[in-house]
Amino acid sequence: MDSLNRLARRVPTWVVYIAGVLPFGWIVWLTLTNGLGADPVKAIELRLGELGLQFLVGGLVITPLRWFGLNLIKFRRAVGLIAFFYIAMHLSAWVVLDMGLRWAEMANDLVKRWYIIIGMAGFAAMIPLAVTSNNASVKRLGGKVWNKLHKLTYFAALAGAVHYVVLVKAWPVEPLLYLGAVVLLLAARAWKARARLLPAFA
Amino acid sequence: KIDAAKSPLSISDEPNTLEEITTYNNFYEFGTGKEDPAANAGALTTDPWSIEIGGMVDKPGTYDLADVLKGQPLEERIYRFRCVEAWSMVVPWIGFQLSGLLNRVGVQPSAKYVAFETLVRPEEMPGQNSPILEWPYREGLRLDEAMHPLTIMATGLYGEDMPKQNGAPIRLVVPWKYGFKSIKSVVKISLTDRMPQTTWNMLQPSEYGFYSNVNPTVDHPRWPQASERRVGAGLFAGRQDTLMFNGYEDQVASLYAGQDLSKDF
Repeated sequence: MDSLNRLARRVPTWVVYIAGVLPFGWIVWLTLTNGLGADPVKAIELRLGELGLQFLVGGLVITPLRWFGLNLIKFRRAVGLIAFFYIAMHLSAWVVLDMGLRWAEMANDLVKRWYIIIGMAGFAAMIPLAVTSNNASVKRLGGKVWNKLHKLTYFAALAGAVHYVVLVKAWPVEPLLYLGAVVLLLAARAWKARARLLPAFA
Repeated sequence: KIDAAKSPLSISDEPNTLEEITTYNNFYEFGTGKEDPAANAGALTTDPWSIEIGGMVDKPGTYDLADVLKGQPLEERIYRFRCVEAWSMVVPWIGFQLSGLLNRVGVQPSAKYVAFETLVRPEEMPGQNSPILEWPYREGLRLDEAMHPLTIMATGLYGEDMPKQNGAPIRLVVPWKYGFKSIKSVVKISLTDRMPQTTWNMLQPSEYGFYSNVNPTVDHPRWPQASERRVGAGLFAGRQDTLMFNGYEDQVASLYAGQDLSKDF
């Protein structure tokens, strides 16, 4: 574990940013080379959304890993910002490619369709997080407030996973796996918090 | 190459490519991904094939596929195909009118509906090893819908035998209804006097009605139905308006005269 931590200390965060946008480059490459099948629009939308979820889950894994001695905290901001990037691109793909800028239909969806509402709420929750993901904001808000604000990540991840489960037909496994992962990671935090609080009440 | 006459019921839109039609399928018997059927349907045995025709018919029995086809004139029917997921294609089916087959087996006067079932063979249809839907896949039509000239049993597309991922060797095609009504790889047809159970309706009755006519004014609770994306139209092609009864309003609207289509969805 110590050697892993030493290694993590040596890796600069820009490496994570580069690695994080590689899948985006891959999607662009597949799009240009007709590698996304008969319906590239849906494939682009789905891949961007899944990547967003994967980075959200990745961000939620960092704290539990620290309980076991592995400290990757310095990468968490990068992971979170990459998640925001993918969710923003996912939303753009929906607006431009999927819905073809049909604003009236989208507005209708935004008030009528649960998976759109939940997804949009998740995205909205990520905006203040992305905006305050810099040292100046941490300083201005103070660590306590900043930490509290960034608990919105829990909501964003849950909303994203629920959005995926609700939008598919029937109950395929993959969306359920994401939801399971998010619920598990949040439950672990609740469990930990309970363990911390209990002695105080005793 | 299948010898098939052209039909005045074909539309003049440019059909999707064979590649698009055969690589983008919903056929949960082979997996839930759009590419799964193309990847997994290869092992399906489609010869020999027979269809059990029963219920309220004069000549019930298990008919070999060749016997089912006997005397039925094959036509090419270029139809719009609209999925409930709001994408669409244009497909050059080859098939014959279901009415021809029903007339041959003799529909009894008491029959009001036609029920269909897909093959169940988990060893060749890997998706059936998971309980994602209740197998067999079931669909149904009202008798007048089944007898309509637009309703065909399709045995091919693009002049060739039906590809396995598209429902070989024989499937239903009802072009004014959402795609899931057009049941694939049919092994059973029964005439009944009661509205038959249909798979998606059994799973989520609030979302999938028995009729499932393409209707831009009646929204699916989750997907908007006012517009659709034409598969293959290009990355920035956007959407097109969905047509009432998928553009077959002139031919089929009279079937539903007096029905409230927001109730009978």
